[in-house]
Amino acid sequence: MTTDQSPLIHLTGVDKTYRRGSEEIRVLAGLSLTVQRGEFLALMGPSGSGKSTLLNLLGGLDRPTKGAVEIGGERIDALTDRRLAGWRARHVGLVFQFYNLLPVMTAERNVELPLLLTPLSRAERRRHVATALAVVGLRDRTNHYPRQLSGGEQQRVGIARAIVTDPTLLLCDEPTGDLDRKSGDEILSLLQTLNREQGKTIIMVTHDPHASARASRTVHLDKGQLSAAAPA
Amino acid sequence: MLNWLSQISAITFANLKTLPERRGAALAAAVGIAGVVTVLVGVLSIAEGFQRVLAVSGSPDVAIVLRSGSDTEMNSGLTHDDTRLIADAPGLARNAANLPLASAELFVVINLPKRSTGTDANVPLRGVSPAAFDVRGNLTLLEGRRFEPGKNEVMVGVGAARQFSGLDVGRTVRVGQTEWAVVGVFTAGGGVAESEVWTDAAVLQPAYHRGDTYQAVYAKLISADAFHTFTDALTTNPSLSIKAMRQSDFYAEQSTLLVGFVKGIGITIAGLMAVGALFGALNTMYSSVAARTREIATLRALGFGSSPVVVSVLLESLALALAGGVLGAAGAWLAFDGHTTSTMNWQTFSQVAFAFRVSPALLVEAILWAAMIGVLGGLFPAIRAARIPIAAALRET
Amino acid sequence: MKFLYLVACNLRRKKLRTLLTLLSIGIAFFLFGLLGALKLALTGDVSIANADRLMTRHKVSIIQMIPISYQARIAAIPGVSGVTAQTWFGGIYQDPKNFFASMPVEPDDFLRMYPEFVVSDAHRQAWRTTRNGAIVGRTLLERFHWKVGDRIPLTAPIWRHADGGDAWEFEIVGTYEAARKSVDTSQFFFRYDYFDEGRGQNKGTISWFAVRVGDAARADAISAAVDREFANSAYETKTEPEAAMMQGFAQQVGDIGAIITGILGAVFFTILLVSGNTITQGVRERTEEIGVLKALGFTNTLVLGLVLAESCLLAVLGGVGGLGAAWLMTVGGSPVPSMLPVFYVPTQHLMLGAGLMVALGLVTGALPALQAMRLGVSEALRRQA
Repeated sequence: MTTDQSPLIHLTGVDKTYRRGSEEIRVLAGLSLTVQRGEFLALMGPSGSGKSTLLNLLGGLDRPTKGAVEIGGERIDALTDRRLAGWRARHVGLVFQFYNLLPVMTAERNVELPLLLTPLSRAERRRHVATALAVVGLRDRTNHYPRQLSGGEQQRVGIARAIVTDPTLLLCDEPTGDLDRKSGDEILSLLQTLNREQGKTIIMVTHDPHASARASRTVHLDKGQLSAAAPA
Repeated sequence: MLNWLSQISAITFANLKTLPERRGAALAAAVGIAGVVTVLVGVLSIAEGFQRVLAVSGSPDVAIVLRSGSDTEMNSGLTHDDTRLIADAPGLARNAANLPLASAELFVVINLPKRSTGTDANVPLRGVSPAAFDVRGNLTLLEGRRFEPGKNEVMVGVGAARQFSGLDVGRTVRVGQTEWAVVGVFTAGGGVAESEVWTDAAVLQPAYHRGDTYQAVYAKLISADAFHTFTDALTTNPSLSIKAMRQSDFYAEQSTLLVGFVKGIGITIAGLMAVGALFGALNTMYSSVAARTREIATLRALGFGSSPVVVSVLLESLALALAGGVLGAAGAWLAFDGHTTSTMNWQTFSQVAFAFRVSPALLVEAILWAAMIGVLGGLFPAIRAARIPIAAALRET
Repeated sequence: MKFLYLVACNLRRKKLRTLLTLLSIGIAFFLFGLLGALKLALTGDVSIANADRLMTRHKVSIIQMIPISYQARIAAIPGVSGVTAQTWFGGIYQDPKNFFASMPVEPDDFLRMYPEFVVSDAHRQAWRTTRNGAIVGRTLLERFHWKVGDRIPLTAPIWRHADGGDAWEFEIVGTYEAARKSVDTSQFFFRYDYFDEGRGQNKGTISWFAVRVGDAARADAISAAVDREFANSAYETKTEPEAAMMQGFAQQVGDIGAIITGILGAVFFTILLVSGNTITQGVRERTEEIGVLKALGFTNTLVLGLVLAESCLLAVLGGVGGLGAAWLMTVGGSPVPSMLPVFYVPTQHLMLGAGLMVALGLVTGALPALQAMRLGVSEALRRQA
């Protein structure tokens, strides 16, 4: 499947400022961005450039100080906390740099977590979990605990958890940042497959040019603004 | 040795510096121990208070004579002739008029409402002979005067006056068909007599259809040693069937049952609570050690021994426990010491007024309990701290 | 229910800590159970006192005797459907420390008045035909290893024979069982006629009457009628309902209710702090995980509920364990029958305990649950970086 060129995400004039003591830090400054459905977008930039903040805004984990975040035609910055949580559960899958699996649960139970928020029965949930784990190639690791898995495997569980509810949008925060090159490559290939074969729109924050090369488009963030020119 | 001590103080100091970050846990452990100590001191102060009343009631140079086979005044009975024979026995002290210091007494129980609840309570009413005041030797009037012999007048112990309604000087108490005027309030060195109402035995006898009988004779001896002369003379007299005891033994025995019961219950409850608080202390100290794993490993890597680590954890736990113990003991002392109440003395089936008593020995005992909880609560975490594998712990984030 | 697994997982995280917390909660509820039983043992179960039974005693005090001839006069008062006399005997078996209640009664009147003492027909018959026969409660029988047919000597310092001797001999002709758990089976009953004949003084007098009224609603009026009957006589009486008598008696021992409530207050305050702190600590350690859950779409309310469920689960598990242990310990009878013959955890107290478990769970979980609820997702996730 290729990009079907209809916009999924519209950010217009987004500002995000934090207060640290008496100092006010402007992390995002009048940022505007459009992402088409089916895009695999890499978001690059130096530390403190606001990449994670931007990702949090896109995932509905945070709200902009100013500006509009429209995803799938919905102004998510205007939603209440409660509705925003519901929106996240349905529309977004999040993948973290440190996987953020719950150490006390098996891979299967970790992947099942987002499904607890749906009305699915236990049997249906198990089926969905099995599918998601099959997609990431971990069918034989169902009953392992995170500490029994390698970094790459843990990240696959993280991805399975992100896709188990079949969201349109995957947001990945340095998904290969804590992995060796080989495992990292495998994760990137997996993301690419999800993008191409299942049509997931993916936005991935990364430091690594090797990773961004896998994306269909790369944007650079610097001092809270998108820079048009992409450095090599 | 000096090196070892300085290691301990270095580590302990470092530990205590992190205490503010763990203040929630530390406070919970300390207050938990304070709770144990409060309950322990509170319950045992009841036993101590009661015991003290009976302990100060008896004097070794006063003998109490009952009918043989009786163990309380309640079920004793003596004829007028018995009392005369007892008063004439050798070994008795005499007053200026050369009369023996022996008081033949009657003991009955009347119902009066408790001030605190308004419910009926059994109050001892004692009829005494004129010698009673010299026999007891510690009666002091706080208010009013003594009853006049031959009149329906009573004087009341300060404990009774405080606990039961109607025992105020100037008022009259109606008991059955008889009215008694309250003419005085007395103290008796903190003893049982303070819970009693006293009148003239000669007036009480007809009021209670007792003819010319009594229930006990209280006799002042020349000295504590004269007790054997006195009892030997009485027990060898074939016309008497009596038993004599030192007043001190008599009262001490009355307190054993209740004191044992209250102490047993108090220690059981506090013991169980202590186990609960111990778990709290263990939790606190385990998390304290967990939070400092890396720090401890660093110190060990720098060459600190494992025993200073153990001792420092124990010291911290002990410090928390002692803080809790002192807090609890002080709280219990403020809350309970001197609190007056009354309870049933089963031997006389009547009320004894007493005050909760938090003695220094009890406070020390309570603090020892706290220290024990502290040491136990620190021991296992301390051992864990000492066993931290240095290399692995250093890598931990 | 599907979240239960998640809650249980969190309790499994630090097993030692969970275990210690469970144990301390368990001990609190164990004490709660035992103290409830203790309170009952010391004050009597007033709730089961028969509303249609009154006690008539000498007005001056229960120590004073009243004539047995009053029995017929009380029985003649309209509304009275039964009267039986009891007397405090104060019998001692071997040693004064072996305390138990012993009383002369008139067998048929007595058993009719107190149906809670269950005596077999054979034993009743034996009692009727044996003049010095005694009926002994099961607990007392076991305590001294007596058996039916034994001859038991008691001494009674209060009740002497005409010759001054205080030795009495009884033959155990039967036992009584309790119809309810709250009935004391450590008493010793024997025949009034044997007693009255044997005593040397105060013949024809008794300690108190138990009076049954036909209509419990008229208890107060009938009490007044009884006392009026004997007003201005040499033996004025005081009549009150059995429950009032029991309560008044308990008050004489002391304000047991207040003392026990005070102790329980201290126990629960202590446990509240200890377990509340543990849960707070546990939640603090899981900050990022809570952030992840929220990022996955768990609402703030759900997170609040999960933490509360965790604290309630802890409280209920510990509570059921502790209260259950107390119940088990007392269900087979009093562990110290010689001191506290009636000792069990009343059902009402168990219910109160169940309520307390939930309350403890909610209170200990409230603070950490609110913290978890208010936790911002992005801050929580940032903490790990």
